[in-house]
Amino acid sequence: MAQAAIELIGINKSFGAVRANRDINLEVARGTIHGIVGENGAGKSTLMSILYGFYQADSGEIRVGGKPVSISTSNDAIALGIGMVHQHFMLVDNFTVLENVILGAENDALLKSSIAKARSELDRLEREYGLEVDPDAVIEELPVGLQQRVEILKALYRGAEILILDEPTGVLTPAEADHLFRILKQLKDQGKTIVLITHKLREIMAITDTVSVMRQGTMVATRVTKETTVGELAELMVGRRVLLRVEKGQSEAGAVKLSVKNLTVKDSRGVTMVDNVSFDVRGGEIVGIAGVAGNGQSELLEAISGIRHAVSGEVMLEGKPIDLTGKADPGELRDRGLAHVPEDRHHVGLVLAFEENENSILGYHDDERYLKGPFLDVDAIMADAKDKIEKYDIRPGNPRLKTANFSGGNQQKIVLAREMEQDPGVLIVGQPTRGVDVGAIEFIHKRLIAMRDQGKAVLVVSVELDEIRSLSDRILVMFAGRVVGERGPEATEGELGLLMAGVEHQEAAE
Amino acid sequence: MSTPYAKLPAWADYGLIPLINLSVAFIVAGFVVMLVGENPFRAAVILVEGAFGKGTGIAFTLFYATTFIFTGLSVAVAAHCSLFNIGTEGQAYIGGLGIALVCLSLDSVMPWWVIFPIAIVAAAAFGALWGLIPAYLQAKRGSHIVITTIMFNFIAASVMVYLLVGPLKPAGSQAPQTRNFLAGAELPKLNWIIELFGAKIRSAPLNICFLLALVMAFLIWLLIWRTRLGYEMRTYGHSPKAARYAGISETRIIITAMMISGALAGMMALNPVMGDQHNVAIDFVSGAGYVGIAVALMGRLHPVGIVLAAILFGMLYQGGAELAFEMPAISRDMIVIIQGLVILFAGALEHMFRPYIQALFASVSPKSVGMQAVNGKGA
Repeated sequence: MAQAAIELIGINKSFGAVRANRDINLEVARGTIHGIVGENGAGKSTLMSILYGFYQADSGEIRVGGKPVSISTSNDAIALGIGMVHQHFMLVDNFTVLENVILGAENDALLKSSIAKARSELDRLEREYGLEVDPDAVIEELPVGLQQRVEILKALYRGAEILILDEPTGVLTPAEADHLFRILKQLKDQGKTIVLITHKLREIMAITDTVSVMRQGTMVATRVTKETTVGELAELMVGRRVLLRVEKGQSEAGAVKLSVKNLTVKDSRGVTMVDNVSFDVRGGEIVGIAGVAGNGQSELLEAISGIRHAVSGEVMLEGKPIDLTGKADPGELRDRGLAHVPEDRHHVGLVLAFEENENSILGYHDDERYLKGPFLDVDAIMADAKDKIEKYDIRPGNPRLKTANFSGGNQQKIVLAREMEQDPGVLIVGQPTRGVDVGAIEFIHKRLIAMRDQGKAVLVVSVELDEIRSLSDRILVMFAGRVVGERGPEATEGELGLLMAGVEHQEAAE
Repeated sequence: MSTPYAKLPAWADYGLIPLINLSVAFIVAGFVVMLVGENPFRAAVILVEGAFGKGTGIAFTLFYATTFIFTGLSVAVAAHCSLFNIGTEGQAYIGGLGIALVCLSLDSVMPWWVIFPIAIVAAAAFGALWGLIPAYLQAKRGSHIVITTIMFNFIAASVMVYLLVGPLKPAGSQAPQTRNFLAGAELPKLNWIIELFGAKIRSAPLNICFLLALVMAFLIWLLIWRTRLGYEMRTYGHSPKAARYAGISETRIIITAMMISGALAGMMALNPVMGDQHNVAIDFVSGAGYVGIAVALMGRLHPVGIVLAAILFGMLYQGGAELAFEMPAISRDMIVIIQGLVILFAGALEHMFRPYIQALFASVSPKSVGMQAVNGKGA
């Protein structure tokens, strides 16, 4: 093996009494791509934060290029040639690419020499690694794929030899992701060392040389990628065998329960987000909407659930129209049998500061079952919450616990339990398993299929193509606010990927 | 793993940490007392004895506390709905106007126990009205409640000055205040309760508004944690998006919360106006609304905490007055410094010692900090 670029030896880190990292050993060889996989809360991010100087390890040693180092701030990390590309980009939206790149590395007060130097340096980096991006473009006008390139350029500009990428493909189209991988391979060929944190096992298989698996704060295994399988990695992550594809029978589609006709939605700036979209969802089928985030799916869901104002079109719920003026009462729609699991459970679907039982009635809090006159019927609410905890295997099973203290998967189960247990006729679900770990994904998928088998109409929006393909009976692809295609569940990833990128749409239009 | 720190048992969260913050505030205040050349220990003794040493002192402390309970609850109710009501001062002032109108017109014909309920309603209604306007502007026009309520404090002050030097002032009087109320508008004192414990009271303004304040504290607890309306207010307070999702009307909840907040502020005026002064004078609120912000923050927006914090501030007011009297080097301004330190450490720097306490608890007893919860084998 080549010389190690990074060695972590016996790293321990606790937050209060919680041990986020226990006795972690990791060695990443120079000039390789090393993957780190693990469920949410397995300690991946903590470990990388220690390496990047956000946190201090309680004990253990870090060696960079064979020498023991102490990294107490991110400046120390940068000085050692470690760069990080965060999951949520750390860019100033209304600055240009150039301004963002020199941010924090300005050499003089007037920026004149910094800018000149940065311009020539960027030029070199772009040529060397195929990272083309216009240095004078303003960040907010760039697509996410390019914004990510700027993040990578930022790190390289600061002389990074070791690049850490945290969930880099979450926001990218398959084509953009492929491009990113090509860039990473090029960086590797130039001798850079790359650490890739992800929960997408396919990416690990596609691009890494070696892979480490974390589970509950410990490093459970390190494998050479060529010698392992997706199945083995998934098993190592959760500690047991998991189904990667849901078993489901043939759907028996019944009557149309949700019908969307010529729906057009604009955002607050007047930009058309949903453009003349029409489709039906029948009882007993799951319709999946695929698409790269930001192509109108969120606005579509919000309009259907009565939260967002639609410019034109109509939505029929069980044959009756929904008020699309944006003044609809979501409570009334719930009474009419529309349940909605929103995309953003942290700010919309849940109140994180509430106890679990309080969240288990959100939106249904004016239901007579939970009330005694103007007062909340605390006993009934608690009994109901306990019941749902049992049915949905929500852990820890304590209805008095603050919702923020549940893991992502369990938070999602709280929302799903609340919405599914109301026995709705139509269930619309945004990003059913975003930020949810593998074990819970399986559970959630099974539940959604069970809903379908009970004859409910289920509409699922997800940016995870695998999820859409394994759940849906029909797949609609959205691009730039339009539905650009409908496919059956047998559609290949490549086919859907092209639709999602708008390629086929443009060709068809010509 | 969602929270960087493990949680503390409730008694430490609500008891130990405020106590530590308070102690630090008093230690720093002690240094300030030393700087002006007085003995901090003697000052502390005078302060505490002045507030709790004699029956009269206790009665004054509780009288001030009554005022602060109302204003503290007022700020807390709005805060649960994520509205920072700085306008408690003005709402209380206008509440006084409602009381004045009731008392001046009815005090010659009715006994106190008839006037009191009417005055409560009037005080609450006038205060609520003064909260309603900023609430409406926030809900419908997006005018920030902090700005509008501050401006409404000034408007309230101007309106009251106009009324108290004009229409409400008895002819021929030189003082900017209403005429004194007759016996019908004087509330019974509660000093006998303290005298039951054997303390002697010369003359103190503690009156039945204290009991009203305690009842209101209980009702507000009920409102916030046990009613549908309170649930909706808290939902909106934590996440407006979640409230929208849950079908809670933003306009309705903002207006309702601010009206309840204003009503509580208005009711504060009952205590000094009907319980003590028996008239409405210029600037009778004298900053109690602003103290309410500190009381609410220190009481962590919980009625029990607010009652305790109000008593603490009552003590600082009463004990502070004694201190200024006993120690010539310590002026009235010194007391403001001590109060400021309490607000600084108990309010603004509330979480300063928390990480250390948590680390301590975690090392002594991991279970007490919710280890099981965090380590639960979540899917």
